[in-house]
Amino acid sequence: MKKFGVRSIVATGIGAALFFVLGRFVAIPSGVPNTNIALQYGVLAFISAVFGPICGLLAGLIGHFFIDFSFGWGVWWSWVISSAFFGCIVGFLASKIDFEGGEFGVSGIIRFNIAQVIGHLVAWGALAPVLDIIIYAEPADKVFVQGLVSAGVNIITTAVLGTLLCIAYTAAIPKKGSLKEEE
Amino acid sequence: MTNLFNYIDRPSPVHRLTGATKFVCLMLWSFAAMSTYDTRMLAALVIGSMIIFKVGRIKIKDVSFMLGFTAVFLVINSIMIFVFSPRHGTEIYGTCTFLWGMSGRYALTAEQLFYHLNYLLKYLSTIPIVLLFVCTTNPSEFASSLNKIGIKYSVSYAVALALRYIPDIQKQYHEISQAGQARGIEMTKKASFTGRIKAAAGILIPLIMSSMERIDIISNAMELRGFGKGKKRTWYMGRPFKVQDILAMAGCGLLVALAAYLAYVNGGRYYNPFI
Repeated sequence: MKKFGVRSIVATGIGAALFFVLGRFVAIPSGVPNTNIALQYGVLAFISAVFGPICGLLAGLIGHFFIDFSFGWGVWWSWVISSAFFGCIVGFLASKIDFEGGEFGVSGIIRFNIAQVIGHLVAWGALAPVLDIIIYAEPADKVFVQGLVSAGVNIITTAVLGTLLCIAYTAAIPKKGSLKEEE
Repeated sequence: MTNLFNYIDRPSPVHRLTGATKFVCLMLWSFAAMSTYDTRMLAALVIGSMIIFKVGRIKIKDVSFMLGFTAVFLVINSIMIFVFSPRHGTEIYGTCTFLWGMSGRYALTAEQLFYHLNYLLKYLSTIPIVLLFVCTTNPSEFASSLNKIGIKYSVSYAVALALRYIPDIQKQYHEISQAGQARGIEMTKKASFTGRIKAAAGILIPLIMSSMERIDIISNAMELRGFGKGKKRTWYMGRPFKVQDILAMAGCGLLVALAAYLAYVNGGRYYNPFI
């Protein structure tokens, strides 16, 4: 597991700020009323994969809390917790990817996407609805339909944006062994 | 910055409480309101929250925009609940009383209406408190006070960093977006759906790459100054607890105890007038 050092603390803060800015000010309407394409989950998945589960958990928690906080419509704990959980799962499952080595080939893409699909399905398809049922006693089929729709939309955006970000980031890092001693 | 988080600086007893106190009270209050479904307690919480709202000297005018948002959300959610599960009340309360002789799947029942009333009360009892918290808490003081209630200072520092860099990142996003528009990339509503996604990706990649660079610069600067070497740190915006802070927290703690007591008396989370 990646250590939670100074760099991770800073990454958490910046990640939460990015999550906030994208979630609060950048909204692409998806055509379905009241649902926007959430770009912030692509970024959160990327940050979690690079900096590990604790960073992902806290960045999701702080970022989502501040989004709810700034809208002032009440903090929706069930969804805030699910965002944090998503960051944590992706951080765990993608921790094997070696970003600093500058390699993110086909296996990295597959690994990253498996992590984000599992993360979204568990967070929005299971955790958020269950919390809604426990906290607000909402009817089960309503919350599960809501949860699965947002899981689907989020998986697609994360697959496109998150993968693009990972590729762009690793492309900027020099590969291991790219320098050779002169003969 | 102040605008972004709706912080309104006005002298009032609520403003004088520390950020940590308000955060703890918010958590306890919402925990009490979330856990109970006792109509009498919810109604008392609604009245109580409105009184505290007045004490905090926040005017309806200050928060009307946010209230509008919440109202729309509540209406949509209630309609969805009814569409998906018109007999949810019956499932909870165990009886089924049809109103006005209606029948069929979408017939109104007294239990359903009572469930919706409780649902509404639940939100009404927390919304004023959340609005009050948002309007009376200085975000920087909030970050520093997190440390005081037992959260590790590295985590509260991450919160402080997020608050510090939100305006910068917002500005940078805006600059990149304008640079793109200057080169003729359409990002407004006129562009097609895929066009807008592509344009967003075009902004995101430079934004994230420069943020990664920013992470390196900030963490180097912090490491050079020995961040994380000591067990504790002091806070510029921190304030010590006073008597009223402890009283406020104790009061909210009592609410949680009351919710637990009512759950014990009612034999469950629901107050059932139908039996």
